Amino acid sequence: MSRMTMIQAIRDAMDVKMGQDEDVVVFGEDVGYFGGVFRCTQGLQEKYGRNRCFDTPINESGIVGAAIGMAAYGLRPCVEIQFADYVYPAYDQIVSEAARLRYRSAGDFTAPITIRMPTGGGIFGGQTHSQSPEAVFTQVSGLKVVVPSNPIDAKGLLIASIEDDDPVIFLEPKRLYNGPFDGHHEQPVTPWSKHELGEVPDGHYTVPLGKAKVTREGSAVTVLAYGTMVYVAEAAARETGIDAEIIDLRTLLPLDEETIIASVQKTGRCVVVHEATLTSGFGGELLSRVQETCFYHLEAPIIRVAGWDTPYPHAQEWDYFPGPARVGRALVKVMEA
Amino acid sequence: MSEEQRLHLHVPEPEFRPGDTPDFSNVNIPSAGSVRRPEIDVAPEEIRDMAYSIIRVLNREGEAVGPWAGELNDEELIEGLRHMMTLRTFDARMMMAQRQGKTSFYMQHLGEEAVSTAFQKVLVKGDMNFPTYRQAGLLIAQDYPMVKMMNQIYSNEEDPLHGRQLPIMYSEKEYGFFSISGNLGTQYIQAVGWAMASAIKHDTKIAAGWIGDGSTAESDFHASLVFASTYKAPVILNVVNNQWAISTFQGIAKGGSGTFAARGHGFGIPSLRVDGNDYLAVYAVAKWAAERARRNLGPVMIEYVTYRAGGHSTSDDPAAYRPKKESDAWPLGDPIERMKLHLIGKGIWSEARHKQAEAEIRDQVLIAQKEAESHGTLHSGGAPSARDMFEDVYKEMPPHLRRQRQEAGI
Repeated sequence: MSRMTMIQAIRDAMDVKMGQDEDVVVFGEDVGYFGGVFRCTQGLQEKYGRNRCFDTPINESGIVGAAIGMAAYGLRPCVEIQFADYVYPAYDQIVSEAARLRYRSAGDFTAPITIRMPTGGGIFGGQTHSQSPEAVFTQVSGLKVVVPSNPIDAKGLLIASIEDDDPVIFLEPKRLYNGPFDGHHEQPVTPWSKHELGEVPDGHYTVPLGKAKVTREGSAVTVLAYGTMVYVAEAAARETGIDAEIIDLRTLLPLDEETIIASVQKTGRCVVVHEATLTSGFGGELLSRVQETCFYHLEAPIIRVAGWDTPYPHAQEWDYFPGPARVGRALVKVMEA
Repeated sequence: MSEEQRLHLHVPEPEFRPGDTPDFSNVNIPSAGSVRRPEIDVAPEEIRDMAYSIIRVLNREGEAVGPWAGELNDEELIEGLRHMMTLRTFDARMMMAQRQGKTSFYMQHLGEEAVSTAFQKVLVKGDMNFPTYRQAGLLIAQDYPMVKMMNQIYSNEEDPLHGRQLPIMYSEKEYGFFSISGNLGTQYIQAVGWAMASAIKHDTKIAAGWIGDGSTAESDFHASLVFASTYKAPVILNVVNNQWAISTFQGIAKGGSGTFAARGHGFGIPSLRVDGNDYLAVYAVAKWAAERARRNLGPVMIEYVTYRAGGHSTSDDPAAYRPKKESDAWPLGDPIERMKLHLIGKGIWSEARHKQAEAEIRDQVLIAQKEAESHGTLHSGGAPSARDMFEDVYKEMPPHLRRQRQEAGI
């Protein structure tokens, strides 16, 4: 066991895989000598050489397109998009190419690539460093979409993603890199070094894709969350005193419906929380699945708490970000119904 | 404000539209044999002029002349002719099959047969092409079973791609033929990535990217050139300039750059321009590029100057946007006729042998077609299983797809 931040855990996952598998290569903007703007790849070039960890031109389509070609050759690239906000130039390569390669070639070629990118807000990053674009990927058949919320999961999920034979979108909530941020921006965050989930097992282990985790057991209401919102929901439950059962989805695609259904059928109430904008957000999909499978168990309409349907603002960040107060109000409301 | 002070948008137009008489006499076609052959390790800046010329081997009399001649022996030349003839015959049968309703869609190579058939001959097993939809000659030149191509075109029960992909979007790893996407330009950067992987693994294999004149306008073209240039990837970057992107003439993608090959200059990529209707020239230039890539000297860009004599696809009618006789007026002639003339001139071919070869090839294509049709065509006979629609989305089928397949009742 080692004390690690989420950044160190992510780096450790790549280190473990690069050490085990010569076919794992890591590249992206600033990831080589410098080790990435968030330092997630620090030391990897020094340890494994420029041949396996290197800087790329600023061209996201090129990064992902090259990774697909490398995967077709037989490598297992793990690439970084510097911010999820910058992934859109690569969207065609991800959607039209990586996601469909196995299908359209009937397995003749595959794209076992992992595309890492920091996601979400809370750092005063404005429109270009704060978006949560998960729903533009969960709509795409052939992709897997993963969002870890702590160092232990981040390492295990990233190793599982690199080992997965299908393309994985790996969204790293950047506000969680250094500690479990719960939305109370006026208070200091407990660093991962003082948190049990910062106690990361050494060496190789995996956290399976497609498996959610109940992070807080409860009987009153089920909260479906992922990434930073897991801690916001925990704060909201603590502060309202409502006995919420909080599920950290961890993988959005494929979704662990079993865990969700079991919980909602038990509690009879459900609140869905995400940072991404409300309309056509992943919460809409969660709502539909819960409605389809748990309708006769529901005591109240399901409530969504999400980012407002505006571009991500700068100065107004804390009016935009779905914090514990908003989530708390939703919990109270769903209990009153 | 006076009229000359106002700005005007420049929208290029082709010289000839339907009803015009095409005349390419102003197109500068260097005579065969006139363009020099540089050393394999030449510095890109020493051959910048070659991006504005056209390397040609076969002259008007059908003789192979100049420094790029003499690469192929008699047997290889005859084989090359047969491959081009096979591709043309295959296309003709499949165009007809599409009109008969046996498939939804087809794209032919008419006039461009030399490019892919000759290029393939410089590759070795293990190299990888990232083709567009108009390079089936890469398979034909390896004597790939035509029946398999037809099974794919018909989306029948033997379709290697299980009916999932549009006709002619073949995939054949064993033959160095990457899965055709159908999206334009996306595969070009993948070719660069594949080549980078080969270099990362200290392998000896090279990759070949393919793109059309129109698609060079895609951002992925730029990405490809940047990556290929930066990492000196062992990749041949092929641009097939067949003059037309559906109805859009090449000037819309090319703008003021002079030639497509010249686009390589800003990236320090040696860029050659070759007569795409000259099998011997295509082979010689591709061989030069392959050798350069294999010697770890980095990428080479090749522009093949050719002409799309047919429609873009079976859904296209070129008479709506260009003169009907434009392909006849095209100054680089027909690749099959030129090769035939060359072989007859060498005394290793004759009109009689040509006719005999045509008959043999037609028979081979018909036999393959008959066999393929015994496995079904798009709307009749054997079809891929509906269950197959749900396979290969992922390596292992996730629960939601299992449930949906159940719901579909298949």
